[in-house]
Amino acid sequence: MMKIFGKVAAIVAGSALVATAAFAEDRKSYPAPKDHPLSEIISGYEFRTPETRALQDDDFENPAYILLDLGAELWSTADGAAGKSCASCHGDAAESMKGIGASFPKWSKERNKAITVEQQINICREEQMQADTWKWTKDPNMLGMTIFVKNQSRGMPIVLDNSPEMETVRKLGEEVYYTRYGQLDMSCANCHEDYYGNYIRADMLSQGQINGFPTYRLKWNGVGSTHRRFKGCMKNIRANPFKPQGEEFTALEAYMMYRAVGLPIETPSVRN
Amino acid sequence: MRFAALVLSGVFMASVASAEEIKKVEIVDGAVQASLTGKPGDAVAGAKVFKGRRAGNCLACHGNKDMSGEQFHGETGPIMDGVADRYSTEQLRAIVVNSKKVFGDHTLMPAFYEVDRLSRVAKKFEGKTVLSAQQVEDVVAYLLTLKE
Repeated sequence: MMKIFGKVAAIVAGSALVATAAFAEDRKSYPAPKDHPLSEIISGYEFRTPETRALQDDDFENPAYILLDLGAELWSTADGAAGKSCASCHGDAAESMKGIGASFPKWSKERNKAITVEQQINICREEQMQADTWKWTKDPNMLGMTIFVKNQSRGMPIVLDNSPEMETVRKLGEEVYYTRYGQLDMSCANCHEDYYGNYIRADMLSQGQINGFPTYRLKWNGVGSTHRRFKGCMKNIRANPFKPQGEEFTALEAYMMYRAVGLPIETPSVRN
Repeated sequence: MRFAALVLSGVFMASVASAEEIKKVEIVDGAVQASLTGKPGDAVAGAKVFKGRRAGNCLACHGNKDMSGEQFHGETGPIMDGVADRYSTEQLRAIVVNSKKVFGDHTLMPAFYEVDRLSRVAKKFEGKTVLSAQQVEDVVAYLLTLKE
């Protein structure tokens, strides 16, 4: 009996290899560093249809640009009791925010934890501007500002904060990535490491890279954040999702930046 | 209206099915000898479970020529054509119940009749199996029709 199972497993493994190899040829990929879990690093863009890609390729067609424009406007709009805008402290975003989206989450010494772009935005609002904080995942202001900040790094390759603290955060993220959750008992790796390039029902699995987030997602008919996407995946596997901007998702985001290292930032991207 | 009624009754049936008492099923040498319900499976019902997105959704991962009329066959699992020639009833039952105890922990395939060893299950699905015992038997009966 084991013989039969072995044979079937070999055939399956064989066909999976062929499929991956065939796809790999026409997808733009970036070389992975030594000891990286992926042999090639590929943006989610490469897994999408020509129609979806075309929406991203043309800034005038990209529906997320409405929020990018909102973010740009908010950047220089004073808000809160301190009467400050982002620009009051940070000046021209094209200079001051360049590289931020390609390197966050970063370690915060004062807070003794890793901070995402969204968290930094709310920290600034609360402490510098004395303004109300924005809700994490669906507030258009938060999405717009996050897109605007990350867009200043568009085309820049993802780089890592190599502090020992961030290494520890990424370790937790790695654990989250490889742990099976939910009634369907699946980990991120089960789909996005082992089977990218293959269809799961009508969806082609990508590597789950986050270099284009926040993204305009056709399925959402709107723009959403990295952590909203993480949450959606966990719901799909019938798991109780972690909290957006909580410790686990922040760690997972930090780890996903490692998985995407070298990949250019595309924010705001368009996905299906 | 009729459609809505059908959908509602489907949801109702599903919740009844998962509220049933979960039986202890032993997998020995990659096989489960006895029917989980003592009743024979219904291959027609099993086909519906196989393709139903809110039921087994087996088609999400497994291509199946027998269902060529259905769109969107997945690619992450082995193709089901001729699966009855490769496995016995008892082996198929074990694979549907908990394939990890047959193929090993690495498999992507969820266990369809198992509530132990799961982590962070959504409240809605807590303590529930993906399929009812009868649905497992129905899927097995359907798989047994897939001969080449």
